[in-house]
Amino acid sequence: MKHKTFFWFVLPTSLAMLLFIALPIVSVITQSMYAPHKQVIVEVESCGVFGCKKSTMIDQDATRELREAEPLGRFVGADIYTNRNHLASNEIAVAWESSAGLGEFLGDILNLPFYRALAFTLTFTFVVTPLVLVLGFTIAVAVNSIPQMLRGPTIFLSLLPMIINPLIGSLILFWMVDARGIVGALLQTAVGDPNLSMKASTPLTWVMLIVYGVWHSAPFAFVVYYAGLQTVPKDTLESAMIDGASRWEQIRYVIVPHLIPLTTFITLMQLMDNFRVFEPIVSFNASAHATSLSYFIYDDLGGETRLLSSAAATSVLTIAGVAILLTPVLVRTWRDFARR
Amino acid sequence: MSSAIRQSPLLKLTAWSFLLLWLVIAAFPFFWTFWGSFKVEGDFFSKADWTWALFGHLTQLETGGAFTGDGYHGAWIQEEFWRAALNTFIVVFFVVTISLTLGTLGGYALSRSSYNYSFWLLIIALIFRAMPPITLVSGYLLPFYEWNLWGHLPTAIIVLVAINQPFTLWMLTSFFRNIPKDLDESAMVDGCTHFQAFRHVIIPVMWPGVITTGLFSLLLAYNDFAVTAMILSKENQTMVPKIASFLGTTQTKGNVMFAVASVVSVTAPIFVLVIFFQRQIVSGLTAGAVKG
Repeated sequence: MKHKTFFWFVLPTSLAMLLFIALPIVSVITQSMYAPHKQVIVEVESCGVFGCKKSTMIDQDATRELREAEPLGRFVGADIYTNRNHLASNEIAVAWESSAGLGEFLGDILNLPFYRALAFTLTFTFVVTPLVLVLGFTIAVAVNSIPQMLRGPTIFLSLLPMIINPLIGSLILFWMVDARGIVGALLQTAVGDPNLSMKASTPLTWVMLIVYGVWHSAPFAFVVYYAGLQTVPKDTLESAMIDGASRWEQIRYVIVPHLIPLTTFITLMQLMDNFRVFEPIVSFNASAHATSLSYFIYDDLGGETRLLSSAAATSVLTIAGVAILLTPVLVRTWRDFARR
Repeated sequence: MSSAIRQSPLLKLTAWSFLLLWLVIAAFPFFWTFWGSFKVEGDFFSKADWTWALFGHLTQLETGGAFTGDGYHGAWIQEEFWRAALNTFIVVFFVVTISLTLGTLGGYALSRSSYNYSFWLLIIALIFRAMPPITLVSGYLLPFYEWNLWGHLPTAIIVLVAINQPFTLWMLTSFFRNIPKDLDESAMVDGCTHFQAFRHVIIPVMWPGVITTGLFSLLLAYNDFAVTAMILSKENQTMVPKIASFLGTTQTKGNVMFAVASVVSVTAPIFVLVIFFQRQIVSGLTAGAVKG
């Protein structure tokens, strides 16, 4: 295709991405280096019968004017990144000096909001992803062994947890594990503790969120693996059988190697999607026990006072995290392209 | 291959029971919530006796029948959920139409160009696809306030179209690669310009790919929470943020059932969609994967 024709064809989509994805990234980076203006304080002298008294007050008009003139705020450089709510360099230095052992040091760090969110996000991403791969593969193998007629309805029911909105899916589960819901009540009977509440303890909340994550994403891995199983070379499988391979050996030596490229694909998609975990924390009302990077940004942006600068700094750090996750994939894609 | 392998009965039993267990875990919550949405709160959350949730003991005492539409009435009429449904319909309709228009043009060009820059455009799109949408929202807010764009439906539509583009581009490019190049090239030999070739030769054969991509952009727009919750004003809210706002108010009023009813209302159209388009959804999920 000629350069000029190509240009006109991709112009609308590139313009959309430039204006609403690339420029906002620039805007986020800029915003993260500005803090909101302080209120303008003036000193007034009020003189009465008992002499003069100096007092300070907030000059509302001047404050508003300043905020309207420079809506970004005042330039503070990297201050927002290093403050307590983000990378907290001072607090970490103090904790390193004062804490007796590594355990205490880590405990101190996990009390800082940014590291708490980071810890949960990483745990969620790296626990859910392998579980999704294993569960998805098992379902695919099982579905592949049932009669053709039953496969359609099975796939339909299996797709539901993934297709439904995450906020709603997690809400439905949340109502069921509620202490008064059916699963919650069942668990209470099983454990023998009538006061057991999944919402009240941090480890149980984490487990609940991870279970939700696996439930939500397993169908995706299942569908991709199932499609892969349909393309397993029959000849290889038959010759393996003639050579006396058991069913387990067939899976191990024929099917699994065939599915490796698909595993890379699912892993990549899952890492990207699990890293942005957000809706279930809103639905499960779990922010007291678990926050993620996305939830941290959402929390800053919502509410009465919108903390734009703080949210922007967290956003930049999150984008950096995504970039680190993606690097191996990008390097590989580039190598493939360069070889061609 | 299923017929080619003889399975031991034990293995078969394990596979069947595992599958049955998975299906219950996957689908039961939806049916349970659907059934429960026609009960009163005391039955939906029935601590005393779980069979109340099935047969509606308290529902019978309070309303006189085993089923009640109170939750739906409260949500749709009292809390004006119909307004949110209308907004969602407008947003989804325009997001799908606009993203498909931009995406087919771009995807076609990317599939027919072998220069370096087309590769880089796809890689940039992949990076954009990986970024959580909420990180962009903090970049939108200040400019949108300044230019008075915040809170309106068209703003949300354009933002969602842009966020959808990377995904749409990747999917459509891979579909267009499967349409043989000879088709449009022979049209150009016959004297068509590139755009005419696209208009008269490619558009008539591209529909299966476009429908599949359209389904996914529909799901993306329909399911979005992060963007719509942040950049739409209260009266322009779509359904998902509206449900989230129910959670704040209904807990205090003791009307969780409004939220349950609206959750079922949002889920129902998706159910129907999956029934009719299951094959396209499955093929779309695997489109990127199977081809590498």
